[in-house]
Amino acid sequence: MFASDIAILLPEIVLSVFAMAGLIAAVYTSKDGMAPALVWLTAALLALMGIYIGLTGEGSQVAFDGMFINDGFARFAKVVILLSAAAILLIGKDFMQRDDLLRFEYPMLIVLATVGMMVMVSSGNLMTLYMGLELQSLSLYVVAAMRRDSVRSTEAGLKYFVLGALSSGILLYGASLTYGFAGTADFAGIVAAVEGGASLGLIFGLAFMVAGLAFKVSAAPFHMWTPDVYEGSPTPVTAFFATAPKMAAMGLLARLAHDAFGSVVSDWQQIIALLAVLSMFLGAIAAIGQTDIKRLMAYSSISHMGFALMGLAAGTEQGVSAMLIYMAIYVTMNVGTFAFILSMQKDGRHVTNISSLNAFSTKEPIKAAAILILMFSLAGVPPMVGFFGKYAVLLAAVDAGLNLVAILGVVASVIGAFYYLRIVYFMYFGEEREGIDGKMSPLAYAGLMAAAAIMLLGVFNLFGVDSLAEAAAATLVR
Amino acid sequence: MSIALEHYLTVAAALFVIGIFGIFLNRKNVIVILMSIELMLLAVNINLVAFSAYLGDLTGQIFTLFVLTVAAAEAAIGLAILVCFFRNRGTIAVEDVNVIKG
Repeated sequence: MFASDIAILLPEIVLSVFAMAGLIAAVYTSKDGMAPALVWLTAALLALMGIYIGLTGEGSQVAFDGMFINDGFARFAKVVILLSAAAILLIGKDFMQRDDLLRFEYPMLIVLATVGMMVMVSSGNLMTLYMGLELQSLSLYVVAAMRRDSVRSTEAGLKYFVLGALSSGILLYGASLTYGFAGTADFAGIVAAVEGGASLGLIFGLAFMVAGLAFKVSAAPFHMWTPDVYEGSPTPVTAFFATAPKMAAMGLLARLAHDAFGSVVSDWQQIIALLAVLSMFLGAIAAIGQTDIKRLMAYSSISHMGFALMGLAAGTEQGVSAMLIYMAIYVTMNVGTFAFILSMQKDGRHVTNISSLNAFSTKEPIKAAAILILMFSLAGVPPMVGFFGKYAVLLAAVDAGLNLVAILGVVASVIGAFYYLRIVYFMYFGEEREGIDGKMSPLAYAGLMAAAAIMLLGVFNLFGVDSLAEAAAATLVR
Repeated sequence: MSIALEHYLTVAAALFVIGIFGIFLNRKNVIVILMSIELMLLAVNINLVAFSAYLGDLTGQIFTLFVLTVAAAEAAIGLAILVCFFRNRGTIAVEDVNVIKG
Protein backbone atom coordinates (compact mmCIF):
# COMPACT_ATOMS: atom_id res chain seq x y z
CA MET A 1 0.00 0.00 0.00
CA PHE A 2 2.89 2.33 0.73
CA ALA A 3 3.89 2.56 -2.93
CA SER A 4 0.39 3.56 -4.00
CA ASP A 5 0.27 6.19 -1.22
CA ILE A 6 3.50 7.66 -2.54
CA ALA A 7 2.10 7.68 -6.07
CA ILE A 8 -0.86 9.77 -4.88
CA LEU A 9 1.45 12.27 -3.21
CA LEU A 10 3.87 12.38 -6.14
CA PRO A 11 3.41 16.08 -7.11
CA GLU A 12 3.93 17.25 -3.51
CA ILE A 13 6.98 15.03 -3.09
CA VAL A 14 8.53 16.18 -6.36
CA LEU A 15 8.08 19.82 -5.40
CA SER A 16 9.47 19.33 -1.87
CA VAL A 17 12.53 17.50 -3.19
CA PHE A 18 12.97 20.20 -5.82
CA ALA A 19 12.89 22.93 -3.15
CA MET A 20 15.55 21.20 -1.05
CA ALA A 21 17.71 20.33 -4.05
CA GLY A 22 17.42 23.89 -5.35
CA LEU A 23 18.51 25.34 -2.02
CA ILE A 24 21.52 23.06 -1.77
CA ALA A 25 22.49 23.60 -5.40
CA ALA A 26 22.34 27.38 -5.01
CA VAL A 27 24.25 27.42 -1.72
CA TYR A 28 27.11 25.30 -3.13
CA THR A 29 27.39 27.11 -6.45
CA SER A 30 26.79 30.71 -7.40
CA LYS A 31 24.20 31.58 -4.72
CA ASP A 32 22.05 34.49 -5.95
CA GLY A 33 23.59 34.28 -9.42
CA MET A 34 21.47 31.18 -9.90
CA ALA A 35 18.26 32.92 -8.88
CA PRO A 36 16.97 33.98 -12.33
CA ALA A 37 17.48 30.47 -13.69
CA LEU A 38 15.82 29.03 -10.59
CA VAL A 39 12.79 31.27 -11.10
CA TRP A 40 12.36 29.99 -14.65
CA LEU A 41 12.88 26.41 -13.57
CA THR A 42 10.47 26.75 -10.64
CA ALA A 43 7.76 28.37 -12.73
CA ALA A 44 8.13 25.65 -15.37
CA LEU A 45 7.95 22.90 -12.76
CA LEU A 46 4.92 24.45 -11.03
CA ALA A 47 3.10 24.81 -14.34
CA LEU A 48 4.09 21.27 -15.31
CA MET A 49 2.74 19.90 -12.03
CA GLY A 50 -0.45 21.89 -12.54
CA ILE A 51 -0.91 20.36 -15.97
CA TYR A 52 0.01 16.89 -14.68
CA ILE A 53 -2.55 17.11 -11.86
CA GLY A 54 -5.15 18.52 -14.23
CA LEU A 55 -4.74 15.76 -16.81
CA THR A 56 -4.12 12.70 -14.66
CA GLY A 57 -5.91 11.41 -11.62
CA GLU A 58 -9.43 10.14 -11.76
CA GLY A 59 -11.98 9.64 -9.06
CA SER A 60 -11.23 10.04 -5.37
CA GLN A 61 -8.17 8.40 -3.92
CA VAL A 62 -7.01 8.48 -0.33
CA ALA A 63 -3.49 7.97 0.95
CA PHE A 64 -2.12 7.17 4.41
CA ASP A 65 -5.37 5.88 5.90
CA GLY A 66 -7.47 8.83 4.82
CA MET A 67 -5.04 11.53 5.92
CA PHE A 68 -4.56 12.78 2.40
CA ILE A 69 -7.41 13.02 -0.10
CA ASN A 70 -6.91 13.39 -3.82
CA ASP A 71 -10.35 14.07 -5.26
CA GLY A 72 -11.70 16.29 -8.01
CA PHE A 73 -12.08 19.20 -5.61
CA ALA A 74 -8.44 19.01 -4.49
CA ARG A 75 -7.27 18.74 -8.09
CA PHE A 76 -9.25 21.80 -9.20
CA ALA A 77 -7.86 23.87 -6.34
CA LYS A 78 -4.32 22.59 -6.94
CA VAL A 79 -4.39 23.48 -10.62
CA VAL A 80 -5.48 27.04 -9.77
CA ILE A 81 -2.82 27.30 -7.03
CA LEU A 82 0.03 25.93 -9.14
CA LEU A 83 -0.72 27.90 -12.31
CA SER A 84 -1.20 31.17 -10.42
CA ALA A 85 2.01 30.63 -8.43
CA ALA A 86 3.91 30.03 -11.68
CA ALA A 87 2.37 33.13 -13.28
CA ILE A 88 3.17 35.31 -10.25
CA LEU A 89 6.80 34.12 -10.21
CA LEU A 90 7.22 35.09 -13.86
CA ILE A 91 5.49 38.48 -13.81
CA GLY A 92 7.40 39.47 -10.66
CA LYS A 93 10.83 38.36 -11.91
CA ASP A 94 11.92 41.65 -13.49
CA PHE A 95 10.70 43.67 -10.50
CA MET A 96 12.73 41.52 -8.13
CA GLN A 97 15.83 41.71 -10.33
CA ARG A 98 15.65 45.47 -10.74
CA ASP A 99 15.33 45.97 -7.00
CA ASP A 100 18.13 43.51 -6.29
CA LEU A 101 15.68 41.35 -4.36
CA LEU A 102 15.98 38.22 -6.43
CA ARG A 103 17.66 35.90 -3.95
CA PHE A 104 17.65 32.19 -4.59
CA GLU A 105 15.53 31.60 -1.47
CA TYR A 106 12.59 33.44 -3.02
CA PRO A 107 11.52 30.83 -5.60
CA MET A 108 12.24 28.04 -3.13
CA LEU A 109 10.08 29.61 -0.43
CA ILE A 110 7.31 30.04 -2.98
CA VAL A 111 7.59 26.34 -3.83
CA LEU A 112 7.42 25.34 -0.15
CA ALA A 113 4.41 27.60 0.40
CA THR A 114 2.78 26.02 -2.65
CA VAL A 115 3.40 22.52 -1.30
CA GLY A 116 1.77 23.63 1.96
CA MET A 117 -1.26 24.87 0.04
CA MET A 118 -1.52 21.61 -1.88
CA VAL A 119 -1.50 19.67 1.39
CA MET A 120 -4.13 22.04 2.80
CA VAL A 121 -6.66 21.44 0.05
CA SER A 122 -6.01 17.69 0.18
CA SER A 123 -6.15 17.28 3.94
CA GLY A 124 -8.36 14.55 5.36
CA ASN A 125 -7.24 14.81 8.95
CA LEU A 126 -6.75 17.62 11.46
CA MET A 127 -3.01 16.92 11.56
CA THR A 128 -2.59 17.18 7.79
CA LEU A 129 -4.66 20.34 7.87
CA TYR A 130 -2.41 21.91 10.50
CA MET A 131 0.89 20.84 8.93
CA GLY A 132 -0.14 22.09 5.49
CA LEU A 133 -1.35 25.37 6.89
CA GLU A 134 1.86 25.93 8.85
CA LEU A 135 4.14 25.03 5.94
CA GLN A 136 2.32 27.65 3.90
CA SER A 137 2.22 30.29 6.65
CA LEU A 138 5.85 29.96 7.77
CA SER A 139 7.06 30.35 4.18
CA LEU A 140 4.82 33.36 3.64
CA TYR A 141 6.02 35.14 6.81
CA VAL A 142 9.54 34.99 5.44
CA VAL A 143 8.73 36.21 1.92
CA ALA A 144 6.72 39.12 3.38
CA ALA A 145 9.92 40.32 5.06
CA MET A 146 11.98 39.60 1.93
CA ARG A 147 13.26 43.18 1.65
CA ARG A 148 15.43 42.82 4.74
CA ASP A 149 16.80 46.35 4.70
CA SER A 150 13.41 48.07 4.61
CA VAL A 151 11.47 49.02 7.72
CA ARG A 152 8.19 48.64 5.88
CA SER A 153 8.82 45.15 4.59
CA THR A 154 10.12 43.82 7.91
CA GLU A 155 7.23 45.47 9.71
CA ALA A 156 4.82 43.81 7.30
CA GLY A 157 6.52 40.50 8.01
CA LEU A 158 6.32 41.06 11.75
CA LYS A 159 2.65 42.00 11.68
CA TYR A 160 1.82 39.09 9.44
CA PHE A 161 3.76 36.75 11.70
CA VAL A 162 2.09 37.86 14.94
CA LEU A 163 -1.45 37.78 13.57
CA GLY A 164 -0.81 34.64 11.54
CA ALA A 165 0.56 32.81 14.57
CA LEU A 166 -2.42 34.00 16.62
CA SER A 167 -4.81 32.66 14.00
CA SER A 168 -2.94 29.35 13.82
CA GLY A 169 -3.22 29.12 17.60
CA ILE A 170 -6.96 29.75 17.50
CA LEU A 171 -7.40 27.20 14.73
CA LEU A 172 -5.32 24.69 16.64
CA TYR A 173 -7.32 25.15 19.82
CA GLY A 174 -10.46 24.45 17.80
CA ALA A 175 -8.78 21.38 16.30
CA SER A 176 -7.90 20.06 19.78
CA LEU A 177 -11.50 20.48 20.97
CA THR A 178 -12.82 18.83 17.82
CA TYR A 179 -10.43 15.92 18.27
CA GLY A 180 -11.40 15.48 21.90
CA PHE A 181 -15.13 15.64 21.47
CA ALA A 182 -15.28 13.65 18.24
CA GLY A 183 -12.75 11.10 19.52
CA THR A 184 -10.85 11.12 16.25
CA ALA A 185 -8.87 13.51 14.10
CA ASP A 186 -10.03 12.03 10.79
CA PHE A 187 -12.58 14.09 8.89
CA ALA A 188 -14.43 10.89 8.03
CA GLY A 189 -14.69 10.07 11.74
CA ILE A 190 -15.68 13.61 12.70
CA VAL A 191 -18.50 13.68 10.17
CA ALA A 192 -19.81 10.43 11.64
CA ALA A 193 -19.52 11.81 15.20
CA VAL A 194 -21.52 14.95 14.43
CA GLU A 195 -24.23 13.05 12.53
CA GLY A 196 -27.60 14.04 13.94
CA GLY A 197 -26.41 17.12 15.82
CA ALA A 198 -23.03 18.27 17.12
CA SER A 199 -22.29 18.49 20.85
CA LEU A 200 -21.43 21.85 22.41
CA GLY A 201 -17.73 20.97 22.46
CA LEU A 202 -17.76 20.26 18.74
CA ILE A 203 -19.59 23.51 18.02
CA PHE A 204 -16.86 25.35 19.96
CA GLY A 205 -14.20 23.50 18.01
CA LEU A 206 -15.90 24.36 14.73
CA ALA A 207 -16.26 28.04 15.64
CA PHE A 208 -12.58 28.33 16.64
CA MET A 209 -11.42 26.61 13.46
CA VAL A 210 -13.61 28.79 11.24
CA ALA A 211 -12.29 31.91 13.03
CA GLY A 212 -8.71 30.76 12.47
CA LEU A 213 -9.34 30.13 8.78
CA ALA A 214 -11.19 33.44 8.42
CA PHE A 215 -7.87 35.09 9.35
CA LYS A 216 -6.15 33.23 6.53
CA VAL A 217 -8.74 34.19 3.91
CA SER A 218 -8.73 37.74 5.37
CA ALA A 219 -12.47 37.80 5.95
CA ALA A 220 -13.83 40.63 8.11
CA PRO A 221 -13.70 40.96 11.14
CA PHE A 222 -10.38 39.07 10.97
CA HIS A 223 -8.96 41.16 8.14
CA MET A 224 -6.88 43.77 9.98
CA TRP A 225 -3.51 42.41 8.91
CA THR A 226 -4.34 42.46 5.18
CA PRO A 227 -3.94 46.14 4.21
CA ASP A 228 -0.70 46.60 6.17
CA VAL A 229 0.88 43.41 4.90
CA TYR A 230 -0.16 44.08 1.30
CA GLU A 231 1.25 47.59 1.47
CA GLY A 232 4.52 46.77 3.20
CA SER A 233 5.55 43.61 1.33
CA PRO A 234 7.46 43.82 -1.96
CA THR A 235 4.86 44.01 -4.75
CA PRO A 236 5.52 40.53 -6.29
CA VAL A 237 4.99 39.06 -2.83
CA THR A 238 1.78 41.04 -2.44
CA ALA A 239 0.64 39.65 -5.77
CA PHE A 240 1.34 36.16 -4.49
CA PHE A 241 -0.57 36.80 -1.24
CA ALA A 242 -3.59 37.95 -3.22
CA THR A 243 -3.83 34.81 -5.34
CA ALA A 244 -2.72 31.27 -4.45
CA PRO A 245 -2.99 31.41 -0.60
CA LYS A 246 -6.53 32.74 -0.88
CA MET A 247 -7.56 29.83 -3.09
CA ALA A 248 -5.88 27.39 -0.69
CA ALA A 249 -7.48 28.80 2.45
CA MET A 250 -10.88 28.91 0.77
CA GLY A 251 -10.41 25.32 -0.38
CA LEU A 252 -9.44 24.26 3.12
CA LEU A 253 -12.48 26.00 4.59
CA ALA A 254 -14.73 24.23 2.08
CA ARG A 255 -13.12 20.90 2.83
CA LEU A 256 -13.47 21.35 6.58
CA ALA A 257 -17.07 22.53 6.28
CA HIS A 258 -18.20 19.72 3.99
CA ASP A 259 -15.86 16.80 4.71
CA ALA A 260 -15.75 17.15 8.50
CA PHE A 261 -18.97 19.01 9.31
CA GLY A 262 -21.04 18.19 6.23
CA SER A 263 -23.81 16.62 8.28
CA VAL A 264 -24.48 19.80 10.31
CA VAL A 265 -24.58 22.43 7.57
CA SER A 266 -26.90 24.74 9.51
CA ASP A 267 -24.33 25.00 12.34
CA TRP A 268 -21.67 26.67 10.22
CA GLN A 269 -23.88 28.27 7.58
CA GLN A 270 -24.79 31.20 9.82
CA ILE A 271 -21.16 31.93 10.79
CA ILE A 272 -19.96 31.89 7.21
CA ALA A 273 -22.87 33.99 5.96
CA LEU A 274 -22.09 36.61 8.61
CA LEU A 275 -18.39 36.62 7.67
CA ALA A 276 -19.41 36.98 4.01
CA VAL A 277 -21.68 40.00 4.58
CA LEU A 278 -19.17 41.76 6.85
CA SER A 279 -16.31 41.20 4.40
CA MET A 280 -18.25 42.38 1.36
CA PHE A 281 -19.26 45.61 3.05
CA LEU A 282 -16.02 46.32 4.84
CA GLY A 283 -14.02 45.71 1.67
CA ALA A 284 -16.31 47.89 -0.41
CA ILE A 285 -16.58 50.82 2.01
CA ALA A 286 -13.04 50.96 3.42
CA ALA A 287 -11.48 50.92 -0.06
CA ILE A 288 -13.20 54.16 -1.07
CA GLY A 289 -10.79 56.41 0.82
CA GLN A 290 -7.60 54.62 -0.25
CA THR A 291 -4.99 56.35 -2.37
CA ASP A 292 -2.41 53.56 -2.41
CA ILE A 293 -3.25 50.97 -5.04
CA LYS A 294 -1.77 48.09 -3.02
CA ARG A 295 -3.95 48.98 -0.03
CA LEU A 296 -6.88 49.33 -2.38
CA MET A 297 -6.26 45.85 -3.74
CA ALA A 298 -6.12 44.58 -0.15
CA TYR A 299 -9.61 45.88 0.55
CA SER A 300 -10.71 44.64 -2.85
CA SER A 301 -9.53 41.15 -1.93
CA ILE A 302 -11.39 41.32 1.40
CA SER A 303 -14.56 42.18 -0.50
CA HIS A 304 -13.98 39.39 -3.04
CA MET A 305 -13.42 36.88 -0.26
CA GLY A 306 -16.82 37.92 1.07
CA PHE A 307 -18.40 36.94 -2.24
CA ALA A 308 -16.58 33.61 -2.35
CA LEU A 309 -17.69 32.93 1.24
CA MET A 310 -21.25 33.67 0.19
CA GLY A 311 -21.02 30.74 -2.23
CA LEU A 312 -19.72 28.57 0.57
CA ALA A 313 -22.43 29.77 2.95
CA ALA A 314 -25.04 28.27 0.63
CA GLY A 315 -23.87 24.89 1.95
CA THR A 316 -24.79 23.11 -1.26
CA GLU A 317 -22.95 21.50 -4.13
CA GLN A 318 -23.97 24.44 -6.29
CA GLY A 319 -22.47 26.79 -3.68
CA VAL A 320 -19.09 25.03 -3.66
CA SER A 321 -18.99 25.02 -7.45
CA ALA A 322 -19.86 28.76 -7.50
CA MET A 323 -17.08 29.40 -4.97
CA LEU A 324 -14.57 27.53 -7.16
CA ILE A 325 -15.62 29.45 -10.28
CA TYR A 326 -15.41 32.71 -8.34
CA MET A 327 -11.94 31.94 -7.00
CA ALA A 328 -10.59 30.87 -10.41
CA ILE A 329 -11.83 34.12 -11.96
CA TYR A 330 -10.63 36.20 -9.01
CA VAL A 331 -7.13 34.74 -9.20
CA THR A 332 -6.91 35.41 -12.94
CA MET A 333 -8.06 39.02 -12.54
CA ASN A 334 -5.55 39.60 -9.77
CA VAL A 335 -2.64 38.17 -11.77
CA GLY A 336 -3.44 40.66 -14.55
CA THR A 337 -3.95 43.62 -12.23
CA PHE A 338 -0.78 42.96 -10.29
CA ALA A 339 1.19 42.53 -13.52
CA PHE A 340 0.33 46.17 -14.11
CA ILE A 341 0.87 47.36 -10.51
CA LEU A 342 4.33 45.76 -10.62
CA SER A 343 5.25 47.96 -13.56
CA MET A 344 3.99 51.25 -12.11
CA GLN A 345 7.06 53.43 -11.90
CA LYS A 346 8.20 56.95 -12.56
CA ASP A 347 11.83 57.81 -13.37
CA GLY A 348 12.93 54.39 -12.17
CA ARG A 349 11.13 54.63 -8.81
CA HIS A 350 8.11 52.57 -7.88
CA VAL A 351 4.92 54.50 -7.33
CA THR A 352 1.72 53.07 -5.90
CA ASN A 353 -0.41 56.18 -5.69
CA ILE A 354 -3.51 55.88 -7.85
CA SER A 355 -3.35 59.56 -8.87
CA SER A 356 -0.19 58.69 -10.82
CA LEU A 357 -2.52 56.94 -13.28
CA ASN A 358 -3.83 60.33 -14.42
CA ALA A 359 -4.33 60.50 -18.18
CA PHE A 360 -2.65 57.13 -18.65
CA SER A 361 -4.92 56.36 -21.59
CA THR A 362 -3.50 59.12 -23.78
CA LYS A 363 0.01 57.77 -23.24
CA GLU A 364 -0.66 54.03 -23.47
CA PRO A 365 -4.11 53.37 -24.95
CA ILE A 366 -3.74 49.58 -25.24
CA LYS A 367 -2.55 49.03 -21.68
CA ALA A 368 -5.20 51.41 -20.38
CA ALA A 369 -7.85 49.43 -22.23
CA ALA A 370 -6.57 46.20 -20.64
CA ILE A 371 -6.77 47.78 -17.17
CA LEU A 372 -10.25 49.05 -18.00
CA ILE A 373 -11.35 45.51 -18.80
CA LEU A 374 -9.80 44.14 -15.60
CA MET A 375 -11.32 46.88 -13.43
CA PHE A 376 -14.76 46.34 -14.95
CA SER A 377 -14.33 42.64 -14.39
CA LEU A 378 -13.28 43.16 -10.75
CA ALA A 379 -16.31 45.37 -10.26
CA GLY A 380 -18.52 42.71 -11.81
CA VAL A 381 -19.78 44.76 -14.74
CA PRO A 382 -21.31 42.57 -17.46
CA PRO A 383 -20.25 41.31 -19.97
CA MET A 384 -16.79 40.80 -18.38
CA VAL A 385 -16.10 37.40 -16.86
CA GLY A 386 -16.03 38.82 -13.33
CA PHE A 387 -19.77 39.30 -13.61
CA PHE A 388 -20.32 35.56 -14.12
CA GLY A 389 -18.45 34.75 -10.93
CA LYS A 390 -20.68 37.10 -8.95
CA TYR A 391 -23.74 35.77 -10.75
CA ALA A 392 -22.85 32.17 -9.83
CA VAL A 393 -22.43 32.90 -6.11
CA LEU A 394 -25.56 35.06 -5.96
CA LEU A 395 -27.57 32.34 -7.69
CA ALA A 396 -26.24 29.71 -5.29
CA ALA A 397 -27.13 31.89 -2.29
CA VAL A 398 -30.66 32.54 -3.56
CA ASP A 399 -31.22 28.86 -4.36
CA ALA A 400 -30.15 27.97 -0.83
CA GLY A 401 -32.67 30.43 0.61
CA LEU A 402 -30.13 33.08 1.68
CA ASN A 403 -32.06 35.87 0.00
CA LEU A 404 -31.00 38.58 2.43
CA VAL A 405 -27.32 37.71 2.03
CA ALA A 406 -27.69 37.83 -1.75
CA ILE A 407 -29.40 41.23 -1.67
CA LEU A 408 -26.71 42.61 0.63
CA GLY A 409 -24.13 41.18 -1.78
CA VAL A 410 -25.61 43.10 -4.70
CA VAL A 411 -25.63 46.32 -2.64
CA ALA A 412 -22.00 45.77 -1.62
CA SER A 413 -20.92 45.13 -5.19
CA VAL A 414 -22.55 48.40 -6.29
CA ILE A 415 -20.69 50.30 -3.56
CA GLY A 416 -17.48 48.46 -4.50
CA ALA A 417 -17.85 49.40 -8.16
CA PHE A 418 -17.13 53.01 -7.18
CA TYR A 419 -13.44 52.64 -6.49
CA TYR A 420 -12.75 50.42 -9.49
CA LEU A 421 -14.45 52.93 -11.72
CA ARG A 422 -12.50 55.73 -10.05
CA ILE A 423 -9.27 54.15 -11.30
CA VAL A 424 -10.77 54.02 -14.79
CA TYR A 425 -11.85 57.65 -14.40
CA PHE A 426 -8.31 58.70 -13.48
CA MET A 427 -6.91 56.88 -16.50
CA TYR A 428 -9.32 58.31 -19.03
CA PHE A 429 -10.45 61.66 -17.66
CA GLY A 430 -7.72 62.57 -15.16
CA GLU A 431 -5.82 65.82 -15.47
CA GLU A 432 -2.74 65.71 -17.64
CA ARG A 433 0.02 65.62 -15.08
CA GLU A 434 3.30 63.87 -14.47
CA GLY A 435 2.18 60.26 -14.63
CA ILE A 436 3.89 56.92 -14.64
CA ASP A 437 6.24 55.93 -17.46
CA GLY A 438 4.11 53.05 -18.59
CA LYS A 439 7.05 50.81 -19.49
CA MET A 440 6.42 47.15 -18.76
CA SER A 441 8.67 44.13 -18.81
CA PRO A 442 7.66 41.64 -21.53
CA LEU A 443 6.56 39.03 -18.98
CA ALA A 444 4.37 41.46 -17.04
CA TYR A 445 2.95 42.78 -20.30
CA ALA A 446 2.07 39.24 -21.36
CA GLY A 447 0.42 38.61 -17.98
CA LEU A 448 -1.66 41.77 -18.19
CA MET A 449 -2.77 41.15 -21.78
CA ALA A 450 -3.50 37.46 -21.20
CA ALA A 451 -5.65 38.22 -18.15
CA ALA A 452 -7.54 40.96 -19.99
CA ALA A 453 -8.09 38.68 -22.98
CA ILE A 454 -9.41 35.92 -20.72
CA MET A 455 -11.82 38.40 -19.12
CA LEU A 456 -13.19 39.23 -22.59
CA LEU A 457 -13.05 35.89 -24.40
CA GLY A 458 -14.25 33.86 -21.44
CA VAL A 459 -17.67 35.44 -21.88
CA PHE A 460 -18.63 32.75 -24.37
CA ASN A 461 -18.14 29.66 -22.24
CA LEU A 462 -15.82 30.60 -19.33
CA PHE A 463 -13.34 28.21 -21.01
CA GLY A 464 -15.31 25.34 -19.53
CA VAL A 465 -14.31 26.23 -15.97
CA ASP A 466 -17.91 26.10 -14.79
CA SER A 467 -18.41 22.46 -15.78
CA LEU A 468 -15.03 21.54 -14.26
CA ALA A 469 -15.99 23.32 -11.04
CA GLU A 470 -19.31 21.50 -10.95
CA ALA A 471 -17.56 18.15 -11.33
CA ALA A 472 -15.08 19.16 -8.61
CA ALA A 473 -17.81 20.26 -6.21
CA ALA A 474 -19.69 17.01 -6.77
CA THR A 475 -16.74 15.08 -5.33
CA LEU A 476 -16.70 17.18 -2.15
CA VAL A 477 -20.36 17.53 -1.25
CA ARG A 478 -22.17 14.30 -0.54
CA MET B 1 -10.13 14.23 44.81
CA SER B 2 -8.92 12.83 41.54
CA ILE B 3 -7.93 14.97 38.62
CA ALA B 4 -10.44 14.49 35.81
CA LEU B 5 -10.51 15.60 32.19
CA GLU B 6 -12.37 18.81 33.07
CA HIS B 7 -9.52 20.02 35.24
CA TYR B 8 -7.03 19.69 32.42
CA LEU B 9 -9.38 21.40 30.01
CA THR B 10 -9.90 24.27 32.46
CA VAL B 11 -6.16 24.81 32.89
CA ALA B 12 -5.68 24.71 29.12
CA ALA B 13 -8.53 27.16 28.53
CA ALA B 14 -7.10 29.52 31.15
CA LEU B 15 -3.63 29.38 29.60
CA PHE B 16 -5.09 29.92 26.13
CA VAL B 17 -7.02 32.99 27.25
CA ILE B 18 -3.94 34.37 29.03
CA GLY B 19 -2.05 33.90 25.77
CA ILE B 20 -4.65 35.80 23.73
CA PHE B 21 -4.81 38.60 26.26
CA GLY B 22 -1.03 38.72 26.30
CA ILE B 23 -1.10 39.54 22.61
CA PHE B 24 -3.87 42.12 22.72
CA LEU B 25 -3.27 43.89 26.02
CA ASN B 26 0.50 43.96 25.83
CA ARG B 27 1.74 47.43 24.90
CA LYS B 28 5.41 47.00 25.68
CA ASN B 29 7.50 44.47 23.88
CA VAL B 30 7.23 42.17 20.87
CA ILE B 31 9.12 39.43 22.74
CA VAL B 32 6.17 39.21 25.14
CA ILE B 33 3.93 38.58 22.13
CA LEU B 34 6.17 35.70 21.06
CA MET B 35 5.91 34.26 24.57
CA SER B 36 2.13 34.63 24.48
CA ILE B 37 1.97 32.73 21.18
CA GLU B 38 4.05 29.97 22.75
CA LEU B 39 1.65 29.89 25.70
CA MET B 40 -1.34 29.43 23.38
CA LEU B 41 0.30 26.52 21.61
CA LEU B 42 1.23 24.89 24.92
CA ALA B 43 -2.36 25.23 26.12
CA VAL B 44 -3.40 23.33 22.99
CA ASN B 45 -0.84 20.65 23.81
CA ILE B 46 -2.30 20.16 27.28
CA ASN B 47 -5.71 19.80 25.66
CA LEU B 48 -4.47 17.25 23.17
CA VAL B 49 -2.58 15.13 25.69
CA ALA B 50 -5.49 15.20 28.15
CA PHE B 51 -7.93 14.11 25.45
CA SER B 52 -5.50 11.47 24.26
CA ALA B 53 -5.21 9.96 27.73
CA TYR B 54 -8.94 10.21 28.30
CA LEU B 55 -9.84 8.58 24.98
CA GLY B 56 -7.09 6.00 25.15
CA ASP B 57 -6.11 7.05 21.64
CA LEU B 58 -2.54 7.88 20.61
CA THR B 59 -3.46 10.39 17.89
CA GLY B 60 -3.54 13.31 20.30
CA GLN B 61 -0.01 12.63 21.54
CA ILE B 62 1.33 12.38 18.02
CA PHE B 63 -0.45 15.63 17.19
CA THR B 64 1.30 17.19 20.20
CA LEU B 65 4.70 16.21 18.84
CA PHE B 66 3.88 17.89 15.54
CA VAL B 67 2.65 21.00 17.33
CA LEU B 68 5.87 21.18 19.38
CA THR B 69 7.97 20.92 16.24
CA VAL B 70 6.00 23.58 14.42
CA ALA B 71 6.11 25.85 17.50
CA ALA B 72 9.91 25.64 17.47
CA ALA B 73 10.04 26.53 13.77
CA GLU B 74 7.57 29.33 14.32
CA ALA B 75 9.64 30.81 17.16
CA ALA B 76 12.78 30.64 15.01
CA ILE B 77 11.12 32.47 12.12
CA GLY B 78 9.47 35.01 14.42
CA LEU B 79 12.76 35.86 16.11
CA ALA B 80 14.53 36.10 12.73
CA ILE B 81 11.96 38.59 11.44
CA LEU B 82 12.18 40.47 14.73
CA VAL B 83 15.97 40.77 14.42
CA CYS B 84 15.58 42.18 10.90
CA PHE B 85 12.98 44.62 12.13
CA PHE B 86 15.23 45.71 15.02
CA ARG B 87 18.14 46.38 12.66
CA ASN B 88 15.98 48.71 10.59
CA ARG B 89 13.97 50.41 13.29
CA GLY B 90 16.28 50.26 16.31
CA THR B 91 13.48 49.28 18.68
CA ILE B 92 11.10 46.42 19.30
CA ALA B 93 8.52 48.27 21.38
CA VAL B 94 5.00 47.39 20.23
CA GLU B 95 4.02 51.04 19.94
CA ASP B 96 6.84 51.60 17.44
CA VAL B 97 5.56 48.98 15.01
CA ASN B 98 3.63 51.73 13.28
CA VAL B 99 5.35 52.76 10.06
CA ILE B 100 2.53 51.36 7.92
CA LYS B 101 -0.89 52.57 8.85
CA GLY B 102 -4.13 53.29 7.09
